[in-house]
Amino acid sequence: MRDYLRSNQREVLAGLVLIVLLAYYLATHPSGPSTYVMTIWANQCLILALAAAAQFFAVVVRGIDLSVGAIMALTNTAASHLLDGSAGQITFGLVAVLALGVLCGVINGLLVVYGRLQPIVVTLATASVFVGLALLLRPTPGGRVNYDLADAMTLDVLGVPTALIIIAVLILCVWLPLRRTGLGVGLYAVGSSEQAAFQSGINVRLIKVAAFGLAGLFAGMAGLYYGFVTTTGDAGIGPSFTLNSIAAAVLGGVLLRGGVGSLIGAMIGAFILKTIASLMFFSGIPSLAQPLFEGMILALAIAIGGAEVLRLRNKLEVFGR
Amino acid sequence: MTQAPLLELAGVTMRFGATTALDNVDFACHGAEIHAVLGENGAGKSTLMKLMAGVLQPTQGAVRLDGAQVNLATPAEAVARGIVCVFQELSLVPDLTVRDNLMLGAPGSGLLRLDRSVLGAARDMLDRCGAHQIRLSSRVVDLSLAERQIIEVVKGLIRKPRLLILDEATSALNTTVVEKVFDLVRVARDSGTGVLFISHRFHEIEALADRVSVFRNGQNVRSFANGTHSYSEIIDMMVGQRIDDLFPAKPTTDAGAEEVLAITRLSTEGGLSDVTMTLKKGQILGLGGLDGQGQSALLQSLFGLIRGQKGGIAIGGEPVQIRNPKSAKSPEIALAYIPEDRKTEGLIQDQSIAENLELPALGILPAGARAEGLFRPSLDALELKHGGLDKPVASLSGGNQQKIVLSKWLALKPRVLLLADPTRGIDVKTKTQIYQLLRQLADQGTAILLLSTDYEELIHLCDEAHIFYDGRVVSRLQGEDITAHNIVAASMNLPMNEANHA
Amino acid sequence: MTMTASTPPSRRARISAPGLDAMAPFIGAVLLIGLGSLAFPQLLSATYLLQQMQIAAYLGILATGATLVVLLGHIDLSVPWVLTGAAIVSTSLVGTGDPTLAALAIPAALAFGAVIGVVNGVGVAFLRIPSMVWTLAVNSMLLGLAVLNTGGFNPRGEASAAMTFMATGDIGPLPASFVLWMALALALGLMMARTAFGRYLRSIGFNEKATYLSGVATPLVVIGAFVLAAMCSAFAGVLLAGYANQAYQSMGDPFLLPTIAAVVIGGTSILGGRGGLFGTIGGAMFITLLTSILSIMQVDQAWRNIIFGAIILAMLLFQSLRRRAG
Repeated sequence: MRDYLRSNQREVLAGLVLIVLLAYYLATHPSGPSTYVMTIWANQCLILALAAAAQFFAVVVRGIDLSVGAIMALTNTAASHLLDGSAGQITFGLVAVLALGVLCGVINGLLVVYGRLQPIVVTLATASVFVGLALLLRPTPGGRVNYDLADAMTLDVLGVPTALIIIAVLILCVWLPLRRTGLGVGLYAVGSSEQAAFQSGINVRLIKVAAFGLAGLFAGMAGLYYGFVTTTGDAGIGPSFTLNSIAAAVLGGVLLRGGVGSLIGAMIGAFILKTIASLMFFSGIPSLAQPLFEGMILALAIAIGGAEVLRLRNKLEVFGR
Repeated sequence: MTQAPLLELAGVTMRFGATTALDNVDFACHGAEIHAVLGENGAGKSTLMKLMAGVLQPTQGAVRLDGAQVNLATPAEAVARGIVCVFQELSLVPDLTVRDNLMLGAPGSGLLRLDRSVLGAARDMLDRCGAHQIRLSSRVVDLSLAERQIIEVVKGLIRKPRLLILDEATSALNTTVVEKVFDLVRVARDSGTGVLFISHRFHEIEALADRVSVFRNGQNVRSFANGTHSYSEIIDMMVGQRIDDLFPAKPTTDAGAEEVLAITRLSTEGGLSDVTMTLKKGQILGLGGLDGQGQSALLQSLFGLIRGQKGGIAIGGEPVQIRNPKSAKSPEIALAYIPEDRKTEGLIQDQSIAENLELPALGILPAGARAEGLFRPSLDALELKHGGLDKPVASLSGGNQQKIVLSKWLALKPRVLLLADPTRGIDVKTKTQIYQLLRQLADQGTAILLLSTDYEELIHLCDEAHIFYDGRVVSRLQGEDITAHNIVAASMNLPMNEANHA
Repeated sequence: MTMTASTPPSRRARISAPGLDAMAPFIGAVLLIGLGSLAFPQLLSATYLLQQMQIAAYLGILATGATLVVLLGHIDLSVPWVLTGAAIVSTSLVGTGDPTLAALAIPAALAFGAVIGVVNGVGVAFLRIPSMVWTLAVNSMLLGLAVLNTGGFNPRGEASAAMTFMATGDIGPLPASFVLWMALALALGLMMARTAFGRYLRSIGFNEKATYLSGVATPLVVIGAFVLAAMCSAFAGVLLAGYANQAYQSMGDPFLLPTIAAVVIGGTSILGGRGGLFGTIGGAMFITLLTSILSIMQVDQAWRNIIFGAIILAMLLFQSLRRRAG
């Protein structure tokens, strides 16, 4: 336990911050803590949480994915074409949309590994391509996602927001089992020290491509869920999600140098960001001042995370490894 | 010997561009035998290991396992065939726990499954090394270098290798721990494992090896049974010429020499407590002790790298505040620090030799060609071999890189030289060159603080040796008192008399 | 092969001829014009080329500053709102109608850039926050400030005559903005090659720890580079305000990704250390021409995005594969 806290202190801290923020949000919300309020909140959080999870997979192997938003735009516009009709068509649509996300991610991964290019520049360029494709699919926002399916995914089950159930399922049935496999450990190994991972007999290339593939999968889920929330397709949703996914992951304790953090942390970071934005909305701060406050809170949160370096006794430790 | 060797290299040549690292080498190692490989840096030992471990593939020649030719394309393939290498550069993943590291790449682990069964054996081995304090749930990054080396060896052993390669695997361990680790290696040997062992410490080789091979300039000079040749014969084989004495003669100390550095009651949080020492002009003062007892903390404090220190530092009688390396190197203070890790802390590998040499002097000494004369004396004294000063420093061997680190600082004519284990992992010939240079600098008036993990250096090179334990100086040895026995006893904080009786 | 220690250090180590990586975008730009002129002969006219030089200068000045930060091994994502902020500051001062304040417009905008550069640099150098995150946070604070100040509408104000001249005027046969860009690149290029600051900057990009241990005040170098970069962004903001005769919300947003693209296809490694300012000039020209030709061809936005991304990928792959082969 002591070792767990020591190795995951940022994540634990982020969790505590989220609990405080959420309690404050529910306590101060004009209409009080109702299922409706919780559901709206959870839906907004889940979209960014999935984007942050996508970013986590790229970052943990010491990469970065600037195409998260673009993959969301592409999968979202694809969903607005495919997610309607018979049950069979919709099922096919769901699989196709997620497969499209994975394909985008794998392309990023292959370019990084076999093209020997830096992830930041690869995903910068592929993002342009993916947004272009999204614009081909939907030059203007529109289309339709099956309302029944959208309702099922964005309302609640017995008073519990479906979005929170989806998160629980992803963590319990995807992330925690994955963390205990060779792939899960390998992701951290490659991000923490590629040389050490290689010398330990790990297939570094495969792990990297898999990591970007997983990033694509989660970005695809984010685009899909955006479709459930809005029931339309929009090629212009990308840019803000890409940058916020990075901010969320960092807030949740994921280190950009790779090898540290977890999917849970990245998701917590996303929840914190969105909760702050919602709090702001009801806080009585003039609406013109809200963007500034949001920016300042983000900067402050990040700066506090950074301030611990000032306490380091040995100045060499700040240079990392 | 009718049975085919466990692993055999036949006519193997390895080239990197224009450099030939191994030249038509024949080499064999057998099961149930500990085989030590000796050679200067650049002799080809590391390349040999990397070929066997699947990190590199030979330019020419054959690798045979049990007499059958094999192609070891990746470390994973070598491991699958029972060849496990404990690398000189640590192959542990810093951000993962000890547990995850042990399972990583273990024979039973794959992309899906992790083999947990190895953990019990690993715990047992750690305990037998006396490393009870290492928890499997700790992250590797929170452990000391010595602890990491133990885990590294254990990680190799739990893979039940047919051939275990130990490449400088015990360089940070002290004598008592090394003995325990050797016991584990001997157990593996007795159960049939072949062991290949690289070390620069002669006494370790003498204690452990059954067979010795000497490499020089990429060739296998000779293989023989341990004990059939003396130290000096072996050194001759390694350097190809006779080195009569490793260490320069120690002059008598000048008691009246001017005091250069005075440290009064220096303490840092969690590092040093109450350290007081004085260093005189022309003195070489050795800092000894077990790993991490405050020796490095002292050097780093002096160079302005530790926050929140208490106590006084005076240079030439004047009290000074050393806030950071920039103030430490300023002409009023004139300290120079040669860090422990020359690859990442001492040098910028991607830049040229010339750029590395000039870096500390920029802005203090005239830049460019006029400054070149400043580096020449020390480079000449160290007989640096290089293919042009505009070549990347990465093209040099480890020993030659250390010469660059020394030279870049000597151009600033430091009053005090702080050296953190400058000869670790360096070949004998370069070591002697560095020893000569240090003595020469001392003769010219430079004061030297020398942290060393090799007690031969404390004995033969230092005028005085201060032994650290738990952040304090527990023993100040001078002249005849600097003996291996006294150093080892003080390192473990045993009173000298008791240790004598024990 | 082996020489003795007394060989003088070669001067080439310091001022090296631009490699093929840095030349690639220039070659690419020439190819673009050559191939494009087959379909659109007007590409070869002096008017068109001079106009492109003028427009390329805005991106070029941004990318010149960004190159310094990338050479350090960092990245500056605050470019869009430093640019917009500087444009707002300068046009508002001119808009007051007070001649003293109007004269101060350009210095004030540059000072604004310098202040933001210090904020960026302090966060990165002292708090050790990854530059990608910190400059992003600074960018969103600037956005917030602008919204608060202007009420979300386009700010009132106009460009001064000096701003308009720098953005759209000519010096001799050449566009003034192009001349300013070249002068800036030359000055910073000399700084990189000849001064200790330039040497430190590159050393930090390769290995910050070893540079610090060589007794270099690395935090000051990092802050200096961020200040220069933000001042370049601010200067580009002044020029763009001069070009449009106004400042407007989000005028910087379309420039962020092209700026980074110009730096990397100019051969500067995103990891720091390797590369230089010369290649960035070619990178900015190439991207400006590519955008312009795609718009002349009346390709729609979707295909423009796809072609733009694919060509940048192709150039990066070409450089990477060539490096591996060589």
